[in-house]
Amino acid sequence: MGEAAKTVIFEVERRNSTNEESYWEKFELPYRANMNVISALMEIRRNPVNMEGKKTSPVTWDMNCLEEVCGACSMVINGKARQSCTALVDQLEQPIRLQPMKTFPVVRDLIVDRSRMFESLKKVKAWVPIDGTHDLGEGPRMPERKRQWAYELSKCMTCGVCLEACPNVNDKSDFIGPAPLSQVRLFNAHPTGAMNRDERLNAIMGDGGLGSCSNSQNCVESCPKGIPLTTSIAALNRETTVQMFRNFFGSDRMVD
Amino acid sequence: MENREFLLRRLHSLLGIIPIGVFLTQHLIVNHFATQGESAFNDASHFMANLPFVIFLEIFVIYLPLVYHAFYGLYIAFTSKHNVGHYSYLRNRLLVLQRYTGIFLVVFIAWHVFETRFQVAVGNAAEADFNMMADILANPLMLAFYIVGVLSATFHLANGLWSFLVTWGITQSEKSQRYANYFTLLVFIVLSVIGIRALFAFV
Repeated sequence: MGEAAKTVIFEVERRNSTNEESYWEKFELPYRANMNVISALMEIRRNPVNMEGKKTSPVTWDMNCLEEVCGACSMVINGKARQSCTALVDQLEQPIRLQPMKTFPVVRDLIVDRSRMFESLKKVKAWVPIDGTHDLGEGPRMPERKRQWAYELSKCMTCGVCLEACPNVNDKSDFIGPAPLSQVRLFNAHPTGAMNRDERLNAIMGDGGLGSCSNSQNCVESCPKGIPLTTSIAALNRETTVQMFRNFFGSDRMVD
Repeated sequence: MENREFLLRRLHSLLGIIPIGVFLTQHLIVNHFATQGESAFNDASHFMANLPFVIFLEIFVIYLPLVYHAFYGLYIAFTSKHNVGHYSYLRNRLLVLQRYTGIFLVVFIAWHVFETRFQVAVGNAAEADFNMMADILANPLMLAFYIVGVLSATFHLANGLWSFLVTWGITQSEKSQRYANYFTLLVFIVLSVIGIRALFAFV
């Protein structure tokens, strides 16, 4: 037919290490049916030659499950943060621009360090404390319908997309972002977790907590798992309103 | 100010509605007397300006809450990194508009108070009456400045009311937040009509 082979053009914002300047590099790859961003990055890794025909270092990125469950491969694709494993080339406008989620420290190229999210989970005590010196026996039962509802909140994979999309998570603010807040609602819903309910609420009433939300609602629009983040935030707003008055006017009772 | 942020933000949200939002509504309604003629406006304005303990009412109901809301609001506005370009959702756009109107209102209200209440306080004018406003608004540039100012204020209040409802945990569900959209849109329209009608009554 004499028709030129179909290709895909990628523009990647790269940098060698956290404190180095970033630079853009273009790549042109042969098109394959059903390719996604990850398979394209793999192709670049296999043959690291940029659009000018120069050999370059392969682009580094993070990945693990390849089925949008682990959250590791999150990056900014054509301006929006999402997982690269489910970003299908056929559905993207070209040239496809790949950038790291710069809300986080960039380790190299597209790899970011999401440690701050895990630090936030520790800060808000996003776990059910059951360790002790003796067997405490069974906890209270969780109603099945409540379990099904809480399961949706538990889908959070700490991918960082909601933090990247949030205008209030940045280097000028210490806001922990939507994901760890919603985890407070999850663990406060757990019948055993609820025994430390007030501790978590007081934690998110600290600096960089719930108060820093400005309701842009980008988080709920961006969450790949469809977690009702803004409903979580509004629900926690009500709970902390009560907790706030309780802390000041209430008696010394802490847990229901 | 360790761990004060939560309380400061809640206070900022509350003061925006009570008393500032209530005051703005009252202010626009009193201004609306101008549509009934010069003397109706002057009577209303005279009544407001001569309320008992008016200076304390002004300080505690207007000046202090307004100054706190303005300066803490500026601090909040400058700690955000707006991203409507890529995340052009309705609420994100409204948030940016909330910030811009807020910054504009700091300038507008400072100018408006200087031009009216401050001139009365320093004795350059006997009373903030119909003629004072008519003189100011005779300048088409000033009229435009005031129209933008009034619309900014009504938008900022209406949209602020929406986020107040979320911030205090009143509207939680998506549905209630959607209905709050409609309700606050109505608040914006009604207050804007009242405010703009009053402005044009001076022209």
